[in-house]
Amino acid sequence: MARVGAIWRYRELLAGLVRKELKVKYKNSALGFLWSMLNPALYLVVFYVVFVKILRAGIPEFAIYLLSGLLVWNLFSTSLAAATGSVVGNSAIVKKVAFPREILALASVGAGLVHFFLQATVLLGALAVFQHAPSLPYMALLPLALVTLLLFAAALGVLLAAVNVYARDTEHLLELALLAWFWMTPIVYQYQLAARGLGENTWIYRLNPITPIVLTFQRAIYNRVCCIPVDNSPILPVGVGPGWYLGHLLAVAAFSGVLLLVALSVFGRLEGNFAEEL
Amino acid sequence: MAAAIEVVGVAKRFRLYHEKVHSLKERVIRMGRLPFDEFWALSDIDLRVEQGETVGLLGHNGSGKSTLLKCIAGILQPTSGTISVTGRLAALLELGAGFHPELTGRENIFLNAAILGMPKREIAKRFDEIVDFAELEQFIDNQVKHYSSGMYVRLGFAVAVNMDPDILLVDEVLAVGDENFQRKCLDRVRLFQREGRTIVFVTHAPDLVRQTCDRAAVLDEGRMVAVGAPGEAIRSFREHLLARSRAHEAEHLGVVDDAIEPGAAVVAAEGDPHEPGTDSAQEAKRNLAVRITDVRVEHPGAGERAYLLPGQPLAVTIAYEAVSRVDDVVFGLAVHDVEGRLVFGTNTDFLGVEVGPVEGAGEVRFETDAVPLLDGTYLLTIGVHSHDEGTVYDWRDQQHNFEVMNPGRTVGQVHMGLRVRATRGAGSGL
Repeated sequence: MARVGAIWRYRELLAGLVRKELKVKYKNSALGFLWSMLNPALYLVVFYVVFVKILRAGIPEFAIYLLSGLLVWNLFSTSLAAATGSVVGNSAIVKKVAFPREILALASVGAGLVHFFLQATVLLGALAVFQHAPSLPYMALLPLALVTLLLFAAALGVLLAAVNVYARDTEHLLELALLAWFWMTPIVYQYQLAARGLGENTWIYRLNPITPIVLTFQRAIYNRVCCIPVDNSPILPVGVGPGWYLGHLLAVAAFSGVLLLVALSVFGRLEGNFAEEL
Repeated sequence: MAAAIEVVGVAKRFRLYHEKVHSLKERVIRMGRLPFDEFWALSDIDLRVEQGETVGLLGHNGSGKSTLLKCIAGILQPTSGTISVTGRLAALLELGAGFHPELTGRENIFLNAAILGMPKREIAKRFDEIVDFAELEQFIDNQVKHYSSGMYVRLGFAVAVNMDPDILLVDEVLAVGDENFQRKCLDRVRLFQREGRTIVFVTHAPDLVRQTCDRAAVLDEGRMVAVGAPGEAIRSFREHLLARSRAHEAEHLGVVDDAIEPGAAVVAAEGDPHEPGTDSAQEAKRNLAVRITDVRVEHPGAGERAYLLPGQPLAVTIAYEAVSRVDDVVFGLAVHDVEGRLVFGTNTDFLGVEVGPVEGAGEVRFETDAVPLLDGTYLLTIGVHSHDEGTVYDWRDQQHNFEVMNPGRTVGQVHMGLRVRATRGAGSGL
């Protein structure tokens, strides 16, 4: 708890570091922030070609479906990867100045959030082009979903940032883990595909904390539960209302909150030797 | 007065891994048997710094002084012991640490100040002052990567001193920048002192300690060997420095010289059991017709102390023994400082005293009423030779020394013994 207080006192540094990361990332690049948006655009093209044209997976309005999940995933994966490397990457400061070093990991998540909003403009563009209407009632769940995601990313990021100081493999391991994790999350394929395969055991699939968040975004923005034209199978969970989403989100949020406290305490314990290990 | 910093029983152990093992695979492979040496960078450190006090930490490279400062700053955690700090602390461990080369000076000021824990509106309020202090008005919107190293350091110092700390920790940084900027930094440090802020700084420049500190602590191999008034501490520091360089020399020459025990300088000088001139190039020329049997360094005014104060008397007595009658003999004395510079040299011939002919035992005594030296350890070289220096009878090269401790704040090498008189007002003195 004392650590949370220290972080709060340094909140201006958090803002400053986020600004720094963004500025540094696109300094001297002609397209600047456009690069942030090109990433989901390229993903969109690739997956569209592979899934719609080649595999004929047939999720209608695939662009909207993909983007609503992909943005969530990009926020999670980029901030987690950046946070994990943050303490090692800022060794110059860590060795010379005393401040709550968690801020470094949190700033990576903050920078990820800014990219998220930039990438969201691509989604907005797609919504406009396809004249697609999101679901207003479900939109009300999005702030909670976003906060939950940030909480989870921050918790994991703080933990891995500390571990990475002692075992530098963490970064590389994470890269692989994220790749597997991506495919365990219903982003390019529909949730119901996994649910059909797992049947009774679909709850295991939902243990992935990112899944409820992605589903909430898809439900709110993609806004259609049905159906794949080929076999008339549903896309998103059927027969559930906002309460189902809310319940799942709250569960993930609670889990993330606990994880964050654990992460902060582990970080606090490992922090003492950072300056020596780096 | 309350303590601003209280260090109690602090020790810090570093593990020196023969090879840093950072990867998981290696950790697993070597599970539990990572090769490392333990190294105690600090042991048993107690230090209390009162509020408003300026304390210098003196020590040679690797003595642990920077480690102690980092522990106080909270960057390193001591292995055992406690450190409590009362008040807002700013550490100048490396100027401009955390500057990002791609950002402009302006952006870096805000970022750096935020890292040091200063609220944004306060930075904004002091922004002009910082820029002015760093003398970077023209370049403040240039990227820091285009700055010269001097500009970089100036900006770092400007940010740090404008942080308004209660306690300022400074690590060697005052030694950077041009002379003008150094003076400015020192002025700022003095201003801090007048404002009653606490300052701890690490240095190996004794003069800086003498000029600015109320007290000083000396670290040697991780232990605090002295703490007290600057003059005392500096003397102890010099002693340790000398002991180290002697030990180093001895190691290189394969000669173990136990006359170098710190604190035993006078004892050693008085009862030196060593054969003279063991490693001198003069060895070959020595014929020992007149042999130095003993050298005594006395400080008549210093009482029991092992050192002199500036302006106190000193006597060096050389006892000799001539195996047979020698007519042509001159006793010489040279004084070197620890850096090897010749401070003074003379001999009985120059002083117009004819010692010879000598036969059997005798003594030659050099005396001065006032040593005009200010501070430091001085090494004595004593020689006995013929008038034309063609024959050297005996020789003792820097085996004896005396120390002068300057209790005041005057700096430099010589003791001028000045008096000062100030007159003021229209009719004064006229």
